[in-house]
Amino acid sequence: MNEFLQATINGIATGAIYALLALGFVIIYKSSQVLSFAQSGLMILGAFWVVYFSTVLELNFWVALILGILLSAAIGIVIERIMLRPMVGKPVFSVAILTIGLNIALTVIGFDLIGVQIRSLGDPWGIAVLQLGELVVSRKDAATIVASVIVVGLLLLFFRYSRFGLAMRATAIDQETALAQGISVARVFAVAWAIAAGLATIAGVFLGAGTGVSAAIGVRAIRALPAAVIGGLDSIPGAIVGGLIVGLAEAYTVAYQAEYLGFLGQNFSTAIAYVVMFVVLLVRPYGIFGTREVERV
Amino acid sequence: MLEVANLEVVYHDVILVLRGISFNVPDGKIVALLGANGAGKTTVLRAISGLLDVHQGDITKGEVRVDGEPIHKLKPASIVNRGVTQVMEGRRVFAEFTVEENLRVGAHSNPGHRDDNLERVFELFPILKERRKRTAGYLSGGEQQMLAMGRGLMSSPRFLLLDEPSLGLAPLLVQQIRDLIVEINRQGTAILLVEQNATMALSIAEHGYIMETGKLVMDKPAAELMSDEDVQEFYLGLHAGGGERKSFRDIKHYKRRKRWLS
Ligand SMILES: Nc1ncnc2c1ncn2[C@@H]1O[C@H](COP(=O)(O)OP(=O)(O)OP(=O)(O)O)[C@@H](O)[C@H]1O
Ligand SMILES: [Mg+2]
Repeated sequence: MNEFLQATINGIATGAIYALLALGFVIIYKSSQVLSFAQSGLMILGAFWVVYFSTVLELNFWVALILGILLSAAIGIVIERIMLRPMVGKPVFSVAILTIGLNIALTVIGFDLIGVQIRSLGDPWGIAVLQLGELVVSRKDAATIVASVIVVGLLLLFFRYSRFGLAMRATAIDQETALAQGISVARVFAVAWAIAAGLATIAGVFLGAGTGVSAAIGVRAIRALPAAVIGGLDSIPGAIVGGLIVGLAEAYTVAYQAEYLGFLGQNFSTAIAYVVMFVVLLVRPYGIFGTREVERV
Repeated sequence: MLEVANLEVVYHDVILVLRGISFNVPDGKIVALLGANGAGKTTVLRAISGLLDVHQGDITKGEVRVDGEPIHKLKPASIVNRGVTQVMEGRRVFAEFTVEENLRVGAHSNPGHRDDNLERVFELFPILKERRKRTAGYLSGGEQQMLAMGRGLMSSPRFLLLDEPSLGLAPLLVQQIRDLIVEINRQGTAILLVEQNATMALSIAEHGYIMETGKLVMDKPAAELMSDEDVQEFYLGLHAGGGERKSFRDIKHYKRRKRWLS
């Protein structure tokens, strides 16, 4: 039982990170119908900025985090403006491939800046743990969960009540009608990229907290894609649920697979997200909460 | 004054749809733009409100001006800010939003007057106030038309462009929409009314224009259009002697038959 609870907590913490990344993907997709595979690259670059501000400039970690988020958001806006805007109206598949290129570029640039060695984020959690009875929760996992709940909560409030959040939802439903109401759809696209880049930065910080930022976190971030598909590409609650499902599936795989399905080897947890996605798609072709038919990629 | 001068519009770089259209909408007036299916009425409205881009359309000649200043190169958001708002054909309410959310979206360009405008819209359309928390997709056709018009008013337009507001509504509702247009206009908003229901439109408009395949073929005070024999025959569906009203489909058949016979 303890093992199960332990895995559940780990799973929720990782799932929260996938959820942040998947949210960025879904927000971009909903507002501009662009399938963006650049989330992990945005994450690496975002994490770099936080490393830079906190360990090179030696700023307070929280200040570094906020600066990193803002700078990443600004970069997101620039990327949208120069790379994606000219692609409006171009085939979905071509634009998606373009974002794969963007992802590679961002990743390469990010690691070039960070350097090959693992870099500490200067975060306050390190590898410390909280002892809750017999459960051992890393302080980093606890912080991840708390921070994700706050960030997602603020984001949902933004979409629900703010003028611009409403404009973004309106644009997602019917672009022409949104334009007719005086909404600048171009600005909606830009803000979608800013939000996605900001979320990716937060995700990168929590993936890299404690152990440090390295190439490994980029590989893990890619599992936010099956999370988005599981939830439904056009669903914000779906991104959250999908992220948590993938996080939990991984944690349970790590905890139990060696015991029950040992022949699958040591690292099957890295593939489990895709297994879950396969099963979900058999039952629900558009994901758990997805509705719209997505053009075939 | 809203002016359309010698407007030429092409879709997909090849399909010439407007071939030199000129007319104007003075402040505070109702102007009717009439014509059969496919004449290009909606295209005129898109050219004014900046929505041609969405349909791969381009203005290849001519201008649209507000108070003498060209607006046809502006983005839709800037055009709304100049006081020109279009209520699109087919209502186009945000079906999954509540009535109130739809109206809030309409206030996007004008958040400072949101509460005043909301009050004004609820006064004009009490039914929307009653249904403010309802999901817009579940409203009746007439209510959705009112919501679309109310949403348009949330931007405090000087010029409201209405595209077939009576489309698909029962006669009683058409009367109601007509009275509402008159009231909106009485409160100071000029209206460019695109209609297939020519009788309704001409009964409230000051001036009317008639379009055929991308050109204006008639331009007269509404009262004169009403009594013009050709208009009666082709657009109002009145026979010289009869006075029985016909639907547009009948008129098309009638026109075709006339062509065959002559
Ligand atoms: N996006 C488009 N691409 C190509 N042609 C178009 C497009 N939109 C409209 N057209 C053509 O332009 C012409 C005018 O269309 P428009 O919709 O402006 O007419 P309308 O007078 O509003 O007709 P209706 O009464 O049916 O609404 C039609 O022949 C139509 O087929
Ligand atoms: Mg039309």
